[in-house]
Amino acid sequence: MAGPGGGSSDVQWCFSQVKGAMDDDVAEADIISTVEFNHTGELLATGDKGGRVVIFQQEPESKNQPQCRGEYNVYSTFQSHEPEFDYLKSLEIEEKINKIRWLPQKNAAQFLLSTNDKTIKLWKISERDKRPEGYNLKEEDGRYRDPNSVTTLRVPVLRPMDLMVEASPRRVFANAHTYHINSISVNSDHETYLSADDLRINLWHLEITDRSFNIVDIKPANMEELTEVITAAEFHPDQCNTFVYSSSKGTIRLCDMRASALCDQHAKMFEEPEDPNNRSFFSEIISSISDVKFSHSGRYMMTRDYLSVKIWDLNMETRPVETYQVHEYLRSKLCSLYENDCIFDKFECCWNGNDSVVMTGSYNNFFRMFDRDYRQDVTFEASRENSKPRSVLKPRKISTGGKRKKDEISVDSLDFNKKILHTAWHPLDNIIAVATTNNLYIFQDKLN
Amino acid sequence: MSEDNDETQTAEETPVEETESQDKVISPEKAEEAKLKARYPNLGHKPGGSDLLRKRLQKGQKYFDSGDYNMAKAKIKNKQLPTAAPEKTEITGDHIPTPQDLPQRKPSLVASKLAG
Repeated sequence: MAGPGGGSSDVQWCFSQVKGAMDDDVAEADIISTVEFNHTGELLATGDKGGRVVIFQQEPESKNQPQCRGEYNVYSTFQSHEPEFDYLKSLEIEEKINKIRWLPQKNAAQFLLSTNDKTIKLWKISERDKRPEGYNLKEEDGRYRDPNSVTTLRVPVLRPMDLMVEASPRRVFANAHTYHINSISVNSDHETYLSADDLRINLWHLEITDRSFNIVDIKPANMEELTEVITAAEFHPDQCNTFVYSSSKGTIRLCDMRASALCDQHAKMFEEPEDPNNRSFFSEIISSISDVKFSHSGRYMMTRDYLSVKIWDLNMETRPVETYQVHEYLRSKLCSLYENDCIFDKFECCWNGNDSVVMTGSYNNFFRMFDRDYRQDVTFEASRENSKPRSVLKPRKISTGGKRKKDEISVDSLDFNKKILHTAWHPLDNIIAVATTNNLYIFQDKLN
Repeated sequence: MSEDNDETQTAEETPVEETESQDKVISPEKAEEAKLKARYPNLGHKPGGSDLLRKRLQKGQKYFDSGDYNMAKAKIKNKQLPTAAPEKTEITGDHIPTPQDLPQRKPSLVASKLAG
């Protein structure tokens, strides 16, 4: 069956790989908390609740199977963050990796930023495939030779060795956030980046760890007056002076760093007017934006709130230009979703490489794609049952009315513990990475 | 389904309740709100307001007084304090924490199963 993707309506999505343990007993540390492709799509990084980062690398296309794109295999894995306890504030600091962002590649090594609630780290991932051999003062096993036993001199030579991938922390950006960091974003100048917590946004230089500029501060003088928090922030893809941040009240503010040092005054505010007759107890909670992403073109931005995905034209602040319903059938379940806290789940969203399709996750391990050009949407499921190699994904349908057709799933049988919060789209190809609770699925479009 | 916006939209295809006075359609959201208020009559009227947000900002707060902790640790040397049950209960100021009470924060030494 056809599905949207890549601008054409006849893309077929196929299962490619799944990573992670198969057993249902999920250790908390294995819960995937972030997924991110690098700028070429060759590397795919995941972070988990246990503070670990796993990086996968795409194998080069093999000449034997030209129909298949290369598989992703483990390239490097390391412990990025450890649990900490702030004794002064009686605060437990989780090691969970909230976000990973890759830096554009400048030399042979790869760099990424990873952050937990309080500390951002810059990691260097480098390859070593040669080692020097033939030292004069050292044996091959590293023991030092007695200098008196040396009778001749030789020049050490570099010899090939098995590839070793090393990850080392190059910078630690700490102690700049009182509240919990929810976003990091690398600037298009490749020199600075921002980090955002619930109430403040800081600007850093990648080389400088002991100083950070505060560029947004929405903390009220009296905390009793607190009405909204920052939920996400991102730099514009090519305007290095522009960034946006979203709030728990469903607004997005665009700021221009040229205007002033402290960007508390927004340059633009994007907010959809609400019908006051439709306001309910849940209105503000479900309007809270959980993710904001600029399009690759920089002309649009996408926001995700609890029930929908909205596309905004940066030139129009009054309302979004497109709205896509992710799981509207949940509107009549809000009471129970509030009771089990699911209403506070933070779903992310992503664009495909040419901004024609957007994707986001849902419950029951479903994820949704919306084709902007062809006005089509589709629901797929990431599950072990559909994981035969290169098997085509079958679209799923949820029955909302009384009569449930064959192959449809009723809303009441959805598993709200199986949520897809994190998805990523390869920057150039139709390859997607979808994270269930503790497994990473990779799907590709079928090449003919 | 995708749509261009002309106005805020409410779901139209979901179940509908009728009041006795007129054919008034209550949105599913309002019906859910009524359900919630029926279950929790003491629920405040500022849903997205400061209480909810402040709870969010305080995530990770554990109550710990290093003075009390060290005093309790010193007392243990002299006499055995009863060991607390190994539950993850929140320790507040009422109870003086002992080394046995505090949940162990062990870093993840095991490699990720994604890399397996």
